[in-house]
Amino acid sequence: MPANPFNGQTDYGIGIGLRVPHYAHILEQKPVVDWFEIISENFMVDGGRPLEVLDDILEQYRVVQHGVSMYFGSADKPDRTHLKKLKALVKRTKTPWLSDHLCWGSVDGTYTHDLLPMPYTFASAKHTAEKIKMVRDYLEVPICVENVSSYAEFHVSEMTEWEFLTEVVERADCGILLDVNNIYVSAQNHGFNPYAYVNGVPHHRVGQMHVAGHTKFEKYILDTHDHPVLDPVWKLYAHATKLCGVTATLLEWDDKIPSFQEVHDEALKANEFIDGAKQAPRKK
Amino acid sequence: MSRILATGLKAPPPHAPRRLATTADVLKLQRLMTHLLVRPLTKQDGLQPTWIDGRPTAAVAAEFIKSNDRLTSFERLQLYNRMYWFRLLDIMHDDNPGLRALLGEKKFTRLTEAYLAKYPSRSFTLRNLGSRLAQFIREQPRLTAPHTALAHAVTRFEWAQTVAFDEGAHPGLTAADLKRTPPARLKIALQPYLSLLALDWPVDDYVIAVKQRDALRGAASNAVDSARVVPRSRQVARPRRGRIYLGVHRYHHRLFYKRLERPAFLILTALAAGRPLASAVTAGGRGVKPAQVSGWFATWMELGWLCRR
Repeated sequence: MPANPFNGQTDYGIGIGLRVPHYAHILEQKPVVDWFEIISENFMVDGGRPLEVLDDILEQYRVVQHGVSMYFGSADKPDRTHLKKLKALVKRTKTPWLSDHLCWGSVDGTYTHDLLPMPYTFASAKHTAEKIKMVRDYLEVPICVENVSSYAEFHVSEMTEWEFLTEVVERADCGILLDVNNIYVSAQNHGFNPYAYVNGVPHHRVGQMHVAGHTKFEKYILDTHDHPVLDPVWKLYAHATKLCGVTATLLEWDDKIPSFQEVHDEALKANEFIDGAKQAPRKK
Repeated sequence: MSRILATGLKAPPPHAPRRLATTADVLKLQRLMTHLLVRPLTKQDGLQPTWIDGRPTAAVAAEFIKSNDRLTSFERLQLYNRMYWFRLLDIMHDDNPGLRALLGEKKFTRLTEAYLAKYPSRSFTLRNLGSRLAQFIREQPRLTAPHTALAHAVTRFEWAQTVAFDEGAHPGLTAADLKRTPPARLKIALQPYLSLLALDWPVDDYVIAVKQRDALRGAASNAVDSARVVPRSRQVARPRRGRIYLGVHRYHHRLFYKRLERPAFLILTALAAGRPLASAVTAGGRGVKPAQVSGWFATWMELGWLCRR
Protein backbone atom coordinates (compact mmCIF):
# COMPACT_ATOMS: atom_id res chain seq x y z
CA MET A 1 0.00 0.00 0.00
CA PRO A 2 1.55 3.34 -0.89
CA ALA A 3 0.38 6.22 1.32
CA ASN A 4 -2.04 5.07 4.00
CA PRO A 5 -3.03 6.08 7.53
CA PHE A 6 -0.71 3.46 8.98
CA ASN A 7 2.47 4.95 7.52
CA GLY A 8 1.42 8.54 8.04
CA GLN A 9 0.23 8.99 4.43
CA THR A 10 3.82 8.80 3.19
CA ASP A 11 5.14 7.12 0.07
CA TYR A 12 8.64 6.15 1.15
CA GLY A 13 10.63 3.87 -1.13
CA ILE A 14 13.52 1.58 -0.25
CA GLY A 15 15.47 2.19 2.93
CA ILE A 16 18.14 0.52 4.99
CA GLY A 17 18.85 0.24 8.68
CA LEU A 18 21.16 2.84 10.19
CA ARG A 19 24.02 0.86 11.72
CA VAL A 20 27.19 1.94 13.56
CA PRO A 21 29.74 0.56 11.04
CA HIS A 22 28.23 2.84 8.37
CA TYR A 23 28.12 6.08 10.38
CA ALA A 24 31.39 7.49 9.06
CA HIS A 25 30.55 6.66 5.43
CA ILE A 26 27.09 8.18 5.63
CA LEU A 27 28.17 11.35 7.41
CA GLU A 28 31.20 11.92 5.17
CA GLN A 29 29.95 10.70 1.79
CA LYS A 30 26.28 11.62 2.18
CA PRO A 31 25.05 8.83 -0.13
CA VAL A 32 21.57 9.08 -1.65
CA VAL A 33 19.25 6.89 0.44
CA ASP A 34 15.49 7.24 0.45
CA TRP A 35 15.20 6.71 4.20
CA PHE A 36 16.83 5.12 7.20
CA GLU A 37 15.23 2.93 9.81
CA ILE A 38 16.69 3.40 13.29
CA ILE A 39 16.39 1.05 16.23
CA SER A 40 14.59 3.32 18.70
CA GLU A 41 16.28 1.85 21.77
CA ASN A 42 19.74 2.77 20.45
CA PHE A 43 18.77 6.43 20.65
CA MET A 44 16.57 6.45 23.75
CA VAL A 45 19.44 7.91 25.74
CA ASP A 46 19.82 11.29 27.40
CA GLY A 47 22.88 12.54 25.55
CA GLY A 48 26.27 11.86 24.00
CA ARG A 49 27.42 10.50 20.69
CA PRO A 50 24.25 8.56 19.73
CA LEU A 51 22.11 11.69 19.71
CA GLU A 52 24.81 13.73 17.98
CA VAL A 53 24.91 11.20 15.14
CA LEU A 54 21.14 11.04 14.99
CA ASP A 55 20.81 14.82 14.72
CA ASP A 56 23.35 14.87 11.88
CA ILE A 57 21.41 12.14 10.08
CA LEU A 58 18.09 13.92 10.64
CA GLU A 59 19.44 17.04 8.97
CA GLN A 60 19.88 15.15 5.73
CA TYR A 61 17.69 12.06 5.70
CA ARG A 62 14.20 10.78 6.43
CA VAL A 63 14.15 8.49 9.43
CA VAL A 64 11.59 5.94 10.63
CA GLN A 65 11.71 4.45 14.12
CA HIS A 66 11.65 0.70 14.69
CA GLY A 67 11.50 -0.64 18.23
CA VAL A 68 12.55 -3.96 19.73
CA SER A 69 11.35 -3.80 23.31
CA MET A 70 7.80 -2.42 23.57
CA TYR A 71 6.55 -6.01 23.80
CA PHE A 72 2.94 -5.35 22.91
CA GLY A 73 2.15 -8.98 23.71
CA SER A 74 3.62 -9.03 27.22
CA ALA A 75 1.01 -9.23 29.94
CA ASP A 76 2.87 -6.43 31.74
CA LYS A 77 1.63 -2.88 31.34
CA PRO A 78 3.88 -0.56 29.30
CA ASP A 79 6.77 0.86 31.28
CA ARG A 80 6.27 4.61 31.89
CA THR A 81 9.96 5.47 31.64
CA HIS A 82 10.18 3.60 28.37
CA LEU A 83 7.16 5.43 26.97
CA LYS A 84 8.44 8.85 28.03
CA LYS A 85 11.83 8.27 26.43
CA LEU A 86 10.20 6.91 23.30
CA LYS A 87 7.93 9.92 23.01
CA ALA A 88 10.91 12.27 23.36
CA LEU A 89 12.58 10.41 20.51
CA VAL A 90 9.44 10.51 18.37
CA LYS A 91 9.39 14.29 18.77
CA ARG A 92 13.06 14.48 17.84
CA THR A 93 12.85 12.31 14.72
CA LYS A 94 9.32 13.29 13.65
CA THR A 95 8.96 9.70 12.48
CA PRO A 96 5.84 9.44 10.29
CA TRP A 97 5.07 6.04 11.77
CA LEU A 98 6.59 3.78 14.36
CA SER A 99 6.94 0.03 14.30
CA ASP A 100 7.57 -2.65 16.89
CA HIS A 101 7.00 -6.38 17.06
CA LEU A 102 3.96 -8.54 17.62
CA CYS A 103 5.60 -10.52 20.38
CA TRP A 104 6.27 -10.58 24.08
CA GLY A 105 9.56 -10.49 25.95
CA SER A 106 9.18 -9.13 29.46
CA VAL A 107 7.49 -10.40 32.62
CA ASP A 108 7.26 -8.75 36.04
CA GLY A 109 9.63 -6.03 34.79
CA THR A 110 12.31 -8.55 33.76
CA TYR A 111 13.39 -8.30 30.12
CA THR A 112 14.57 -11.21 27.99
CA HIS A 113 15.60 -8.92 25.11
CA ASP A 114 14.18 -11.49 22.73
CA LEU A 115 11.16 -11.39 20.41
CA LEU A 116 9.19 -14.29 21.83
CA PRO A 117 6.29 -15.85 19.93
CA MET A 118 2.71 -15.12 20.95
CA PRO A 119 0.15 -17.72 21.93
CA TYR A 120 -2.44 -17.17 19.18
CA THR A 121 -5.53 -16.82 21.34
CA PHE A 122 -8.39 -14.33 21.51
CA ALA A 123 -7.45 -13.34 25.07
CA SER A 124 -3.90 -12.42 24.08
CA ALA A 125 -5.13 -10.69 20.89
CA LYS A 126 -7.48 -8.54 22.93
CA HIS A 127 -4.84 -7.63 25.50
CA THR A 128 -2.23 -6.93 22.82
CA ALA A 129 -4.58 -4.71 20.83
CA GLU A 130 -5.43 -2.69 23.95
CA LYS A 131 -1.76 -2.17 24.62
CA ILE A 132 -1.08 -1.04 21.05
CA LYS A 133 -3.92 1.49 21.29
CA MET A 134 -2.61 2.77 24.62
CA VAL A 135 0.89 3.24 23.23
CA ARG A 136 -0.38 4.88 20.04
CA ASP A 137 -2.58 7.30 21.96
CA TYR A 138 0.33 8.26 24.19
CA LEU A 139 2.87 8.63 21.39
CA GLU A 140 0.43 10.25 18.94
CA VAL A 141 1.95 8.51 15.93
CA PRO A 142 0.65 5.67 13.73
CA ILE A 143 1.89 2.23 14.70
CA CYS A 144 2.70 -0.77 12.54
CA VAL A 145 3.23 -4.13 14.21
CA GLU A 146 5.72 -6.57 12.76
CA ASN A 147 5.28 -10.32 12.56
CA VAL A 148 8.29 -12.08 14.12
CA SER A 149 10.12 -15.22 13.09
CA SER A 150 9.54 -18.04 15.53
CA TYR A 151 10.88 -21.43 16.52
CA ALA A 152 8.11 -22.61 18.84
CA GLU A 153 4.31 -22.84 18.87
CA PHE A 154 1.93 -23.17 21.79
CA HIS A 155 -0.67 -25.88 22.39
CA VAL A 156 -3.12 -23.23 23.57
CA SER A 157 -3.18 -21.40 20.22
CA GLU A 158 -6.66 -21.08 18.78
CA MET A 159 -5.84 -19.78 15.30
CA THR A 160 -3.07 -19.43 12.71
CA GLU A 161 -0.45 -16.74 13.06
CA TRP A 162 -1.90 -14.66 10.23
CA GLU A 163 -5.38 -14.92 11.72
CA PHE A 164 -3.93 -13.73 15.00
CA LEU A 165 -2.11 -10.83 13.31
CA THR A 166 -5.36 -9.87 11.60
CA GLU A 167 -7.32 -10.12 14.85
CA VAL A 168 -4.85 -7.84 16.62
CA VAL A 169 -4.54 -5.15 13.94
CA GLU A 170 -8.29 -5.03 13.32
CA ARG A 171 -8.98 -4.67 17.05
CA ALA A 172 -6.26 -2.03 17.46
CA ASP A 173 -6.97 -0.39 14.11
CA CYS A 174 -3.24 -0.23 13.46
CA GLY A 175 -0.91 -1.04 10.61
CA ILE A 176 1.26 -4.02 9.73
CA LEU A 177 4.97 -4.10 9.14
CA LEU A 178 4.98 -7.21 6.99
CA ASP A 179 8.32 -8.97 7.35
CA VAL A 180 8.34 -11.42 4.47
CA ASN A 181 11.58 -13.02 5.59
CA ASN A 182 10.05 -13.73 8.99
CA ILE A 183 7.02 -15.27 7.29
CA TYR A 184 9.30 -17.50 5.24
CA VAL A 185 11.41 -18.52 8.26
CA SER A 186 8.37 -19.33 10.41
CA ALA A 187 6.72 -21.18 7.51
CA GLN A 188 9.76 -23.43 7.20
CA ASN A 189 9.97 -23.97 10.95
CA HIS A 190 6.28 -24.71 11.43
CA GLY A 191 5.33 -26.20 8.10
CA PHE A 192 2.72 -23.75 6.83
CA ASN A 193 2.40 -22.18 3.39
CA PRO A 194 3.97 -18.69 3.42
CA TYR A 195 1.73 -17.63 0.52
CA ALA A 196 -1.37 -18.47 2.55
CA TYR A 197 -0.02 -16.14 5.22
CA VAL A 198 0.56 -13.26 2.80
CA ASN A 199 -2.82 -13.85 1.17
CA GLY A 200 -4.54 -13.92 4.56
CA VAL A 201 -3.55 -10.58 6.08
CA PRO A 202 -5.49 -7.33 5.51
CA HIS A 203 -3.41 -5.81 2.71
CA HIS A 204 -4.77 -2.32 3.17
CA ARG A 205 -3.15 -2.20 6.62
CA VAL A 206 0.38 -2.93 5.42
CA GLY A 207 2.37 0.26 5.98
CA GLN A 208 5.87 -1.14 5.57
CA MET A 209 7.74 -4.31 4.62
CA HIS A 210 10.99 -5.89 5.75
CA VAL A 211 13.29 -8.18 3.84
CA ALA A 212 16.40 -9.88 5.25
CA GLY A 213 18.70 -12.87 5.02
CA HIS A 214 18.36 -16.02 7.09
CA THR A 215 20.41 -19.12 7.82
CA LYS A 216 19.38 -22.74 7.24
CA PHE A 217 20.32 -25.44 9.69
CA GLU A 218 19.53 -29.12 9.47
CA LYS A 219 16.28 -28.99 11.45
CA TYR A 220 15.30 -25.34 11.45
CA ILE A 221 15.96 -21.91 10.00
CA LEU A 222 17.24 -18.96 12.01
CA ASP A 223 16.46 -15.33 11.27
CA THR A 224 20.08 -14.15 11.34
CA HIS A 225 20.06 -10.96 9.22
CA ASP A 226 23.67 -11.67 8.31
CA HIS A 227 23.68 -12.08 4.57
CA PRO A 228 21.79 -11.22 1.36
CA VAL A 229 18.11 -11.94 0.90
CA LEU A 230 17.48 -15.42 -0.48
CA ASP A 231 15.48 -16.01 -3.65
CA PRO A 232 12.38 -17.56 -2.02
CA VAL A 233 12.07 -14.47 0.15
CA TRP A 234 12.34 -12.14 -2.86
CA LYS A 235 9.63 -14.17 -4.58
CA LEU A 236 7.41 -13.89 -1.53
CA TYR A 237 8.15 -10.17 -1.41
CA ALA A 238 7.10 -9.82 -5.06
CA HIS A 239 3.85 -11.62 -4.26
CA ALA A 240 3.20 -9.44 -1.23
CA THR A 241 3.92 -6.30 -3.22
CA LYS A 242 1.43 -7.33 -5.88
CA LEU A 243 -1.24 -7.74 -3.21
CA CYS A 244 -0.42 -4.74 -1.03
CA GLY A 245 0.87 -2.30 -3.62
CA VAL A 246 4.29 -0.71 -3.65
CA THR A 247 5.16 -0.28 0.01
CA ALA A 248 7.99 1.34 1.97
CA THR A 249 10.55 -1.45 2.14
CA LEU A 250 13.56 -1.92 4.32
CA LEU A 251 16.45 -4.37 4.18
CA GLU A 252 17.63 -5.58 7.59
CA TRP A 253 21.33 -6.49 7.85
CA ASP A 254 22.42 -6.62 11.47
CA ASP A 255 25.32 -9.04 11.74
CA LYS A 256 28.52 -9.52 9.72
CA ILE A 257 27.61 -6.16 8.22
CA PRO A 258 29.38 -5.50 4.91
CA SER A 259 30.12 -2.10 3.35
CA PHE A 260 27.40 0.50 3.11
CA GLN A 261 27.35 0.14 -0.67
CA GLU A 262 26.85 -3.62 -0.51
CA VAL A 263 23.94 -3.30 1.89
CA HIS A 264 22.34 -0.52 -0.14
CA ASP A 265 22.78 -2.41 -3.43
CA GLU A 266 21.10 -5.44 -1.87
CA ALA A 267 18.19 -3.31 -0.70
CA LEU A 268 17.77 -1.74 -4.13
CA LYS A 269 17.19 -5.20 -5.63
CA ALA A 270 13.67 -4.73 -4.34
CA ASN A 271 13.12 -2.36 -7.26
CA GLU A 272 13.07 -5.33 -9.66
CA PHE A 273 10.08 -6.77 -7.83
CA ILE A 274 8.39 -3.43 -7.31
CA ASP A 275 8.44 -2.83 -11.08
CA GLY A 276 6.59 -6.11 -11.52
CA ALA A 277 4.01 -5.12 -8.95
CA LYS A 278 3.42 -1.74 -10.58
CA GLN A 279 2.37 -3.52 -13.75
CA ALA A 280 0.01 -5.90 -11.96
CA PRO A 281 -3.51 -4.82 -10.99
CA ARG A 282 -3.79 -4.65 -7.20
CA LYS A 283 -6.28 -6.96 -5.51
CA LYS A 284 -8.56 -5.59 -2.84
CA MET B 1 24.54 -24.85 37.90
CA SER B 2 23.92 -21.57 39.70
CA ARG B 3 21.82 -21.70 42.85
CA ILE B 4 21.46 -17.92 43.03
CA LEU B 5 17.80 -16.90 42.64
CA ALA B 6 16.82 -14.41 39.96
CA THR B 7 15.89 -11.00 41.33
CA GLY B 8 12.54 -9.50 40.32
CA LEU B 9 10.81 -12.52 38.79
CA LYS B 10 7.78 -13.86 40.60
CA ALA B 11 7.50 -17.61 41.09
CA PRO B 12 6.42 -19.61 38.04
CA PRO B 13 3.08 -21.46 38.08
CA PRO B 14 3.36 -25.20 38.81
CA HIS B 15 1.86 -25.98 35.41
CA ALA B 16 1.21 -24.16 32.16
CA PRO B 17 -2.42 -23.01 31.79
CA ARG B 18 -4.47 -25.34 29.61
CA ARG B 19 -6.25 -22.43 27.95
CA LEU B 20 -5.76 -18.69 27.89
CA ALA B 21 -9.08 -17.08 28.75
CA THR B 22 -7.74 -13.97 30.47
CA THR B 23 -4.67 -11.75 30.64
CA ALA B 24 -3.88 -13.44 33.96
CA ASP B 25 -3.59 -16.75 32.07
CA VAL B 26 -1.31 -15.10 29.51
CA LEU B 27 0.83 -13.83 32.37
CA LYS B 28 1.11 -17.34 33.86
CA LEU B 29 2.28 -18.78 30.55
CA GLN B 30 4.78 -15.98 30.01
CA ARG B 31 6.11 -16.25 33.57
CA LEU B 32 6.66 -20.00 33.19
CA MET B 33 8.44 -19.63 29.85
CA THR B 34 10.59 -16.75 31.12
CA HIS B 35 11.76 -18.83 34.09
CA LEU B 36 12.74 -21.60 31.68
CA LEU B 37 14.58 -19.19 29.37
CA VAL B 38 16.60 -17.41 32.02
CA ARG B 39 17.82 -20.61 33.69
CA PRO B 40 21.57 -20.96 33.17
CA LEU B 41 22.65 -23.35 30.44
CA THR B 42 24.30 -26.68 31.20
CA LYS B 43 28.03 -27.11 30.65
CA GLN B 44 27.15 -28.38 27.19
CA ASP B 45 25.20 -25.16 26.47
CA GLY B 46 21.87 -26.92 26.72
CA LEU B 47 18.60 -26.45 28.53
CA GLN B 48 18.82 -27.90 32.03
CA PRO B 49 17.25 -31.40 32.00
CA THR B 50 15.52 -31.07 35.38
CA TRP B 51 12.97 -28.41 36.29
CA ILE B 52 12.91 -26.69 39.70
CA ASP B 53 10.21 -29.06 40.98
CA GLY B 54 12.21 -32.15 40.05
CA ARG B 55 10.26 -33.06 36.91
CA PRO B 56 12.09 -33.53 33.61
CA THR B 57 12.22 -30.18 31.80
CA ALA B 58 11.11 -32.09 28.70
CA ALA B 59 7.79 -32.85 30.42
CA VAL B 60 7.33 -29.20 31.43
CA ALA B 61 8.10 -28.03 27.89
CA ALA B 62 5.72 -30.58 26.37
CA GLU B 63 2.90 -29.17 28.51
CA PHE B 64 2.83 -25.94 26.56
CA ILE B 65 5.07 -26.12 23.48
CA LYS B 66 4.23 -28.20 20.44
CA SER B 67 6.79 -30.56 18.95
CA ASN B 68 7.07 -31.05 15.20
CA ASP B 69 8.52 -33.71 12.92
CA ARG B 70 12.04 -32.32 13.41
CA LEU B 71 12.23 -30.90 16.93
CA THR B 72 10.84 -31.89 20.32
CA SER B 73 9.22 -29.33 22.61
CA PHE B 74 12.39 -29.42 24.70
CA GLU B 75 14.60 -28.71 21.68
CA ARG B 76 12.42 -25.81 20.58
CA LEU B 77 12.56 -24.25 24.02
CA GLN B 78 16.29 -24.87 24.13
CA LEU B 79 16.74 -22.69 21.04
CA TYR B 80 15.30 -19.75 22.94
CA ASN B 81 17.23 -20.60 26.12
CA ARG B 82 20.49 -20.58 24.15
CA MET B 83 19.67 -17.40 22.27
CA TYR B 84 18.90 -15.63 25.55
CA TRP B 85 22.21 -16.56 27.15
CA PHE B 86 24.41 -16.15 24.08
CA ARG B 87 22.97 -12.69 23.42
CA LEU B 88 23.43 -11.41 26.97
CA LEU B 89 26.84 -12.98 27.50
CA ASP B 90 28.01 -11.37 24.25
CA ILE B 91 26.95 -7.96 25.53
CA MET B 92 28.77 -8.49 28.83
CA HIS B 93 31.82 -9.71 26.92
CA ASP B 94 31.93 -6.59 24.75
CA ASP B 95 31.22 -4.12 27.56
CA ASN B 96 33.88 -5.40 29.96
CA PRO B 97 37.22 -5.95 28.16
CA GLY B 98 39.25 -4.96 31.23
CA LEU B 99 37.48 -7.27 33.65
CA ARG B 100 37.62 -10.07 31.11
CA ALA B 101 41.39 -9.65 30.71
CA LEU B 102 41.84 -9.54 34.47
CA LEU B 103 39.88 -12.70 35.24
CA GLY B 104 40.49 -14.69 32.07
CA GLU B 105 37.70 -15.87 29.78
CA LYS B 106 36.52 -18.86 31.81
CA LYS B 107 36.31 -17.06 35.12
CA PHE B 108 34.73 -14.02 33.48
CA THR B 109 32.05 -16.20 31.88
CA ARG B 110 31.31 -17.92 35.20
CA LEU B 111 31.00 -14.53 36.87
CA THR B 112 28.69 -13.05 34.26
CA GLU B 113 26.51 -16.18 34.12
CA ALA B 114 26.08 -16.02 37.87
CA TYR B 115 25.45 -12.26 37.69
CA LEU B 116 22.76 -12.55 35.02
CA ALA B 117 21.20 -15.50 36.84
CA LYS B 118 20.76 -13.32 39.92
CA TYR B 119 20.20 -10.00 38.16
CA PRO B 120 18.41 -10.55 34.86
CA SER B 121 17.80 -7.36 32.90
CA ARG B 122 15.31 -4.98 34.49
CA SER B 123 15.58 -2.39 31.76
CA PHE B 124 14.18 -2.13 28.25
CA THR B 125 17.67 -1.34 27.01
CA LEU B 126 20.72 -3.61 26.99
CA ARG B 127 22.78 -0.53 27.78
CA ASN B 128 21.97 -1.08 31.46
CA LEU B 129 22.78 -4.79 31.55
CA GLY B 130 25.99 -4.36 33.55
CA SER B 131 24.70 -1.68 35.91
CA ARG B 132 24.74 -3.96 38.97
CA LEU B 133 27.87 -5.97 38.19
CA ALA B 134 30.11 -4.04 40.61
CA GLN B 135 27.56 -4.60 43.38
CA PHE B 136 27.38 -8.31 42.52
CA ILE B 137 31.15 -8.66 42.68
CA ARG B 138 31.00 -7.37 46.26
CA GLU B 139 28.13 -9.75 47.07
CA GLN B 140 29.87 -12.82 45.62
CA PRO B 141 33.60 -12.30 46.26
CA ARG B 142 34.46 -15.97 45.68
CA LEU B 143 33.72 -15.58 41.99
CA THR B 144 36.57 -13.11 41.52
CA ALA B 145 38.93 -14.23 44.32
CA PRO B 146 41.76 -13.56 44.87
CA HIS B 147 41.41 -10.30 42.90
CA THR B 148 37.98 -9.20 44.09
CA ALA B 149 38.92 -5.64 45.06
CA LEU B 150 40.74 -5.07 41.77
CA ALA B 151 37.87 -6.64 39.80
CA HIS B 152 35.48 -4.32 41.58
CA ALA B 153 37.62 -1.30 40.70
CA VAL B 154 37.89 -2.30 37.03
CA THR B 155 34.13 -2.90 36.84
CA ARG B 156 33.32 0.51 38.32
CA PHE B 157 35.67 2.08 35.81
CA GLU B 158 34.10 0.22 32.86
CA TRP B 159 30.57 1.11 33.94
CA ALA B 160 31.63 4.77 34.27
CA GLN B 161 32.52 4.65 30.56
CA THR B 162 28.98 3.58 29.70
CA VAL B 163 27.66 6.50 31.74
CA ALA B 164 30.09 8.94 30.11
CA PHE B 165 29.11 7.73 26.62
CA ASP B 166 25.41 8.59 26.62
CA GLU B 167 24.21 10.02 29.92
CA GLY B 168 22.47 13.39 29.75
CA ALA B 169 24.10 16.80 30.01
CA HIS B 170 22.87 20.10 31.46
CA PRO B 171 23.88 23.55 30.21
CA GLY B 172 27.37 24.27 31.52
CA LEU B 173 28.07 26.81 34.25
CA THR B 174 29.25 30.18 32.90
CA ALA B 175 31.42 32.91 34.35
CA ALA B 176 28.27 35.04 34.53
CA ASP B 177 26.63 32.41 36.75
CA LEU B 178 29.60 32.60 39.10
CA LYS B 179 29.49 36.40 39.24
CA ARG B 180 25.75 36.53 39.82
CA THR B 181 25.62 34.41 43.01
CA PRO B 182 27.78 34.82 46.14
CA PRO B 183 30.02 31.73 46.67
CA ALA B 184 28.39 30.97 50.03
CA ARG B 185 25.05 30.46 48.30
CA LEU B 186 26.16 29.12 44.95
CA LYS B 187 25.38 25.42 44.57
CA ILE B 188 27.07 23.75 41.68
CA ALA B 189 26.19 20.34 40.28
CA LEU B 190 28.32 18.03 38.18
CA GLN B 191 27.25 16.78 34.79
CA PRO B 192 25.36 13.46 35.01
CA TYR B 193 27.81 11.87 32.56
CA LEU B 194 30.81 12.57 34.84
CA SER B 195 31.84 9.81 37.26
CA LEU B 196 34.34 10.47 40.05
CA LEU B 197 36.29 7.40 41.09
CA ALA B 198 38.83 6.93 43.87
CA LEU B 199 40.58 3.65 43.09
CA ASP B 200 43.41 1.66 44.62
CA TRP B 201 44.87 0.67 41.26
CA PRO B 202 45.65 2.62 38.09
CA VAL B 203 42.89 0.78 36.22
CA ASP B 204 42.77 3.46 33.51
CA ASP B 205 46.27 2.52 32.34
CA TYR B 206 45.41 -1.15 32.65
CA VAL B 207 42.24 -0.98 30.56
CA ILE B 208 43.97 1.17 27.92
CA ALA B 209 46.73 -1.45 27.69
CA VAL B 210 44.13 -4.22 27.32
CA LYS B 211 42.30 -2.34 24.55
CA GLN B 212 45.57 -1.64 22.74
CA ARG B 213 46.49 -5.31 22.93
CA ASP B 214 43.05 -6.35 21.66
CA ALA B 215 43.22 -3.82 18.82
CA LEU B 216 46.63 -5.11 17.82
CA ARG B 217 45.41 -8.69 17.94
CA GLY B 218 42.41 -7.77 15.80
CA ALA B 219 44.60 -6.00 13.26
CA ALA B 220 47.10 -8.85 13.11
CA SER B 221 44.62 -11.62 12.37
CA ASN B 222 41.59 -12.15 10.21
CA ALA B 223 40.54 -15.16 12.26
CA VAL B 224 37.06 -14.72 13.64
CA ASP B 225 37.19 -14.73 17.43
CA SER B 226 39.84 -17.42 17.25
CA ALA B 227 41.57 -16.80 20.55
CA ARG B 228 39.20 -16.55 23.47
CA VAL B 229 42.00 -17.94 25.67
CA VAL B 230 44.86 -15.44 25.55
CA PRO B 231 48.37 -16.91 25.64
CA ARG B 232 50.25 -15.87 28.77
CA SER B 233 52.83 -13.99 26.68
CA ARG B 234 50.09 -11.62 25.43
CA GLN B 235 48.42 -11.08 28.77
CA VAL B 236 48.54 -7.57 30.16
CA ALA B 237 50.22 -7.52 33.56
CA ARG B 238 47.93 -6.82 36.49
CA PRO B 239 48.37 -3.28 37.75
CA ARG B 240 50.34 -2.61 40.91
CA ARG B 241 48.56 -1.00 43.83
CA GLY B 242 48.54 2.79 43.72
CA ARG B 243 45.81 5.23 44.71
CA ILE B 244 44.36 7.27 41.84
CA TYR B 245 41.54 9.77 41.54
CA LEU B 246 39.71 9.82 38.22
CA GLY B 247 37.10 11.80 36.40
CA VAL B 248 35.54 9.63 33.66
CA HIS B 249 33.81 11.98 31.23
CA ARG B 250 33.22 12.93 27.63
CA TYR B 251 34.37 15.96 25.70
CA HIS B 252 32.99 16.73 22.26
CA HIS B 253 31.28 13.30 22.41
CA ARG B 254 34.52 11.39 22.97
CA LEU B 255 35.40 9.45 26.12
CA PHE B 256 38.21 10.63 28.37
CA TYR B 257 39.67 9.62 31.73
CA LYS B 258 41.20 12.53 33.63
CA ARG B 259 43.51 11.93 36.58
CA LEU B 260 42.75 14.32 39.43
CA GLU B 261 44.76 15.51 42.41
CA ARG B 262 43.29 14.35 45.70
CA PRO B 263 42.14 17.82 46.88
CA ALA B 264 40.53 18.47 43.51
CA PHE B 265 38.72 15.14 43.74
CA LEU B 266 37.49 15.97 47.25
CA ILE B 267 36.18 19.37 46.14
CA LEU B 268 34.33 17.80 43.21
CA THR B 269 32.91 15.10 45.46
CA ALA B 270 31.66 17.78 47.87
CA LEU B 271 30.02 19.63 45.00
CA ALA B 272 28.41 16.41 43.81
CA ALA B 273 27.05 15.92 47.35
CA GLY B 274 25.32 19.30 47.14
CA ARG B 275 27.58 21.44 49.31
CA PRO B 276 27.64 25.16 48.41
CA LEU B 277 30.71 26.36 46.57
CA ALA B 278 32.40 28.06 49.54
CA SER B 279 31.97 25.00 51.73
CA ALA B 280 32.96 22.53 48.99
CA VAL B 281 36.25 24.32 48.43
CA THR B 282 37.22 23.72 52.04
CA ALA B 283 36.87 19.97 51.45
CA GLY B 284 40.18 20.16 49.58
CA GLY B 285 42.04 20.71 52.84
CA ARG B 286 44.16 23.47 54.28
CA GLY B 287 47.18 22.96 52.05
CA VAL B 288 45.33 23.96 48.93
CA LYS B 289 46.20 27.38 47.55
CA PRO B 290 43.56 29.70 46.05
CA ALA B 291 45.48 29.79 42.78
CA GLN B 292 45.26 25.99 42.55
CA VAL B 293 41.53 26.05 43.13
CA SER B 294 41.07 28.77 40.50
CA GLY B 295 43.05 26.71 38.03
CA TRP B 296 40.99 23.59 38.69
CA PHE B 297 37.71 25.42 38.33
CA ALA B 298 38.88 27.01 35.09
CA THR B 299 39.71 23.57 33.71
CA TRP B 300 36.44 22.01 34.90
CA MET B 301 34.43 24.82 33.37
CA GLU B 302 36.31 24.48 30.12
CA LEU B 303 35.58 20.76 30.12
CA GLY B 304 31.92 21.53 30.81
CA TRP B 305 31.83 19.46 34.00
CA LEU B 306 30.01 22.06 36.10
CA CYS B 307 26.38 23.09 35.91
CA ARG B 308 23.89 24.89 38.14
CA ARG B 309 22.04 22.87 40.73
